[in-house]
Amino acid sequence: MSERQITFEVLRYNPETDDKPWVQTYAVPCQEEWVVLDAINYIKDHLDTSLSYRWSCHMAVCGSCGMMVNGEPTLSCKAFLRDYKGNTIRVEPLTHFPIERDLVVVLDDFMEKLTSVKPYIIPKKEKPVEEGEYKQTPRQLKNYKQYTMCINCMLCYAACPQYGLNDEFIGPAALALTHRYNLDSRDGGRSQRQEVVAQHEGVWECSFVGACSEVCPKDVDPAGAIQQMKIASTVDWYLEHLMPWRGK
Amino acid sequence: MAKSNKPIVWGLFAAGGTISAFVAPVMILITGLLVPLGVFGEDAMSYERMTAFLSHWIVKIGLLGIVILTLWHAAHRLRITAHDFGIRNDSTIAMGVYGFAGLFSVIALFAVLAI
Amino acid sequence: MSRKPYVREVPKATWYMRNGRYLRYMAREVTCIFLALYMAGLTIGLVRLMQGPDKWETYLAGVSSTPAVIFHLIAFGFACYHAKSWFDVTPKAMRIPQGNDFVPGRIIVGTHYGIWGGVSLVALVLMGVL
Repeated sequence: MSERQITFEVLRYNPETDDKPWVQTYAVPCQEEWVVLDAINYIKDHLDTSLSYRWSCHMAVCGSCGMMVNGEPTLSCKAFLRDYKGNTIRVEPLTHFPIERDLVVVLDDFMEKLTSVKPYIIPKKEKPVEEGEYKQTPRQLKNYKQYTMCINCMLCYAACPQYGLNDEFIGPAALALTHRYNLDSRDGGRSQRQEVVAQHEGVWECSFVGACSEVCPKDVDPAGAIQQMKIASTVDWYLEHLMPWRGK
Repeated sequence: MAKSNKPIVWGLFAAGGTISAFVAPVMILITGLLVPLGVFGEDAMSYERMTAFLSHWIVKIGLLGIVILTLWHAAHRLRITAHDFGIRNDSTIAMGVYGFAGLFSVIALFAVLAI
Repeated sequence: MSRKPYVREVPKATWYMRNGRYLRYMAREVTCIFLALYMAGLTIGLVRLMQGPDKWETYLAGVSSTPAVIFHLIAFGFACYHAKSWFDVTPKAMRIPQGNDFVPGRIIVGTHYGIWGGVSLVALVLMGVL
């Protein structure tokens, strides 16, 4: 195990004493196989107990340790130090979100958007347990499975310039999850979700930058989901307005 | 919460983006570079050849489709791009870009039908 | 404990300078300006054609001028970039079922490039032959 000295520039913000964030540097003796989160844990354990940040699983499943590492939205538990050249790494809280304290951001806006799209199965018709399970073929599962991988880490929101410019935008992860339930053969809630999706602030605020899909640690591809929903919403619109006799 | 009317122009944007991706590069190459540089000879786009070419109704419809859809594609993309460049007066921008696309669509239609 | 969240403002007109990914996006977006100018120019050409042989000759002389050729050279570059950026993301918008999976993205992209090449080649050959 070889040791490597790395300087971490960490954005600090204490709402009780600071008017604005500032940068504190820490010299951390790192092991070569560490991830950025290991180094931050080292700072917390050995150098500065006052540093605040979120983390839990250390294996890219819980989605809580998202940070800007050298300006890129990253899960700090997945950011291997060997992939970073140079002796300085800058760590900041996820951009586009207000800073609560140090590396901790305010989640309220994302949580509100996530609930607004009803990310759960709304059955076409409730059926009693005696009638058995809702069956699904492998093909039907494949249709939406990719979008179930979302861990709500919000890296896509930090990457999305349109969310940064207009925080009314529902945003990548919430829309990808909308798509996930719309595509589920057991679900009948699409028309309810369309009320949110087909607004200006829904899919139409997206300009297909594609950054969300590039930073996603779970290959969910929110950008693809949103484009597919734009096409579906456009078909809806033309059917509704050009063939009104078809009904809604 | 009202549903957006964006689909009207977005449909044109997507159609125009696709068609122009396929044909715009070669159209520019031929009409803007190779013919003016004389690669296809002096009378490659002579008056007689062009009017004969444009007398086919399939050519008329095809060319109009390409020109009009591409204009609307560009208009819609420019509207979004104006926002990206920090211009926040969206309704004025929208009127300007869609007005431009509409005006040239009508001119193209008129000219092609009259040839 | 009182909350006092700190909001970092995004610069409204210069945000895309932050990284290369955003700059590539903006380059893709401005391709539309060149497509629009070319199509507008072409429309003017159609009007000239409608007005008769004399006006058409003036138009041809116009597009043969050096500034026009330089414009078309730049427009050609942007049009190609538009085509590339458009075709490269087609699998995201278009998912084609195949068995229990989807047609691989590279096949969808490849098909688009193939059609693009075919259409361009046919146009060039027709120009040369006719």
